[in-house]
Amino acid sequence: MSTEQSYAPGEHPDMAPPSTEVGIIGWVRHNLFSSTTNIVITVLTIYFLYVIIPPMLNWLFLDAVFVADSRDDCRAIAKAAGEELGACWAFIGKRFEIFVYGFYPVEERWRVDIAFIMMLAALIPVLFDHIPYRKQGLWFSLIAPFVIGWLLIGGMGLNPVSTDKFGGFMLTLTIGVTGIVGSLPIGIALALGRQSHMPALRMVCVAFIEFIRGVPLITLLFVASTMLNYFLPPGTTFDLLLRVLIMVTLFSSAYIAEVIRGGLQALPKGQIEAADSMGLKYWQSMRLIILPQALKISIPGIVNTFIGLYKDTTLVIIIGLFDPLGMGRASLADTKWQGLSTEIYVFVAIFFFVSCFSMARYSLYLEKKLYTGH
Amino acid sequence: MSSQPEAAQLEISDEVVIKIREMHKWYGSFHVLKNVNLEVNRGERIVICGPSGSGKSTLIRCINRLEEHQQGDIIVENVELTNDLKNIDAIRREVGMCFQHFNLFPHLTVLENCALAPIWVKQVPRKEAEETAMKYLTRVKIPEQADKFPGQLSGGQQQRVAIARSLCMNPKIMLFDEPTSALDPEMIKEVLDVMVELAREGMTMLCVTHEMGFAKTVANRVIFMDEGQIIEENNPHEFFDNPQHERTKLFLSQILAH
Repeated sequence: MSTEQSYAPGEHPDMAPPSTEVGIIGWVRHNLFSSTTNIVITVLTIYFLYVIIPPMLNWLFLDAVFVADSRDDCRAIAKAAGEELGACWAFIGKRFEIFVYGFYPVEERWRVDIAFIMMLAALIPVLFDHIPYRKQGLWFSLIAPFVIGWLLIGGMGLNPVSTDKFGGFMLTLTIGVTGIVGSLPIGIALALGRQSHMPALRMVCVAFIEFIRGVPLITLLFVASTMLNYFLPPGTTFDLLLRVLIMVTLFSSAYIAEVIRGGLQALPKGQIEAADSMGLKYWQSMRLIILPQALKISIPGIVNTFIGLYKDTTLVIIIGLFDPLGMGRASLADTKWQGLSTEIYVFVAIFFFVSCFSMARYSLYLEKKLYTGH
Repeated sequence: MSSQPEAAQLEISDEVVIKIREMHKWYGSFHVLKNVNLEVNRGERIVICGPSGSGKSTLIRCINRLEEHQQGDIIVENVELTNDLKNIDAIRREVGMCFQHFNLFPHLTVLENCALAPIWVKQVPRKEAEETAMKYLTRVKIPEQADKFPGQLSGGQQQRVAIARSLCMNPKIMLFDEPTSALDPEMIKEVLDVMVELAREGMTMLCVTHEMGFAKTVANRVIFMDEGQIIEENNPHEFFDNPQHERTKLFLSQILAH
């Protein structure tokens, strides 16, 4: 290596980096074995994974029983196969429908299926651009919520289904998606209102945000389920689920407003000045210049709030609605399947993890897509 | 940029386009601008200089109402600046502005930056607005950057885009607020060249800058401000060679020394 060739200034060619810096070897050296501490941590981590993963796989899959009629049945099958007792998924299998549909009448469950498919179809044009027929798709997204509402509640040609029959994953999705879709625009409006030059508007927004943030969601849900009956004139019926939807939406919109306010304040003042100097009106500046940038900065915070909201839907059990967690607990009372709480909680955890992890990944995708090098 | 003063060759009309009369401005209780009087004719190229904090940026920012004045009159293109939003909008359509930090919109491409205001403020069809944008981007010599984002350009290129963006609104007056102060020395010239070009085409320009070479070449009038007042104004020849006021002499000796 001592024969370094000499080059005239500015003539030195680009050379390939040493092999220890690139490829798998480079990666392993840099990330796993770069120092003594790093080597110790790497070895310990590998040992930890070795201890944890095989038993977990055994319990989840290899020793698990997928078809059985009761917990004793599960035990018998495992014993007959000469295995240790793993998860008794047969319980989940038997209960699956109630986890998905709650107490929704069996003969009407096709409506929930169609509503679910419509929801997915309506989300696609909103979440992704660069898809064919996006404009028509967005129109579909706009009317889909009403059709979905009609399908779920019924009336106008369909058998009406009372909302206290809602439960399981469909209840989580109903509350979660309504809360997310509703709280974003309200949150934006509150954030802008809080920055407004009109004192009255500003104070209303500040009061609303601070009140909502200062009160636990459970309290608001209790208010929704009991107190409103006192406030409203006697005889007014106000659907419990609707009250919950409103409360959850308002609750998360206050948080969204604060997240977006952070984004608004992160923008340099020059952006609004440039927009002003070109003669753009307030709403044009907001829509074209300020909000696209502020929302982009706020994506991690917004998605964080949405994930929190989604998981908080499990709190509705307190006011007598049965989300998957509530369903699971109720199922435990079945004497045939007693003692299978682990299976239930793992199953519910997987459902929530898949939903929330998708949101997190989508937020990363969005951040990457909107990155413009500044 | 030629070193020969060429200001004399450029035509200035008698028509007054900006008229500022006994104008005062306060930031809270701080009196920033004190009794400013200024008349600008069409075709004038005015350089405003002075120490920092002297109110020169505030003065030109009052002209398109980025700052509100509290006393006196400002009349631009025969429209008086009042709280009337209609007047403010009318004036902003006629007056373009370039900022020290460019203030391009980072989430839009260069072309979208330029076409945005014509489309939304003047209701120009998108295609036409984009053609105009390309025309001005060509004039500031960066048509090839049209589809990039501002964050991918150098400072000098960004400032030229900002100039093109203002020109797309077809303004009658251009305000420059220290357009080269945030640039590396190598990039200052490319921006000044564009501004000189603009002056040659007869644009009315008010420029806050410390580029004295630019003032000598292009300006027909130099205004010196200190502590919120116009201390001295003269043609560049007299201003640089024969300053009247002590404060001006001190300022010039400091700025020309290095």
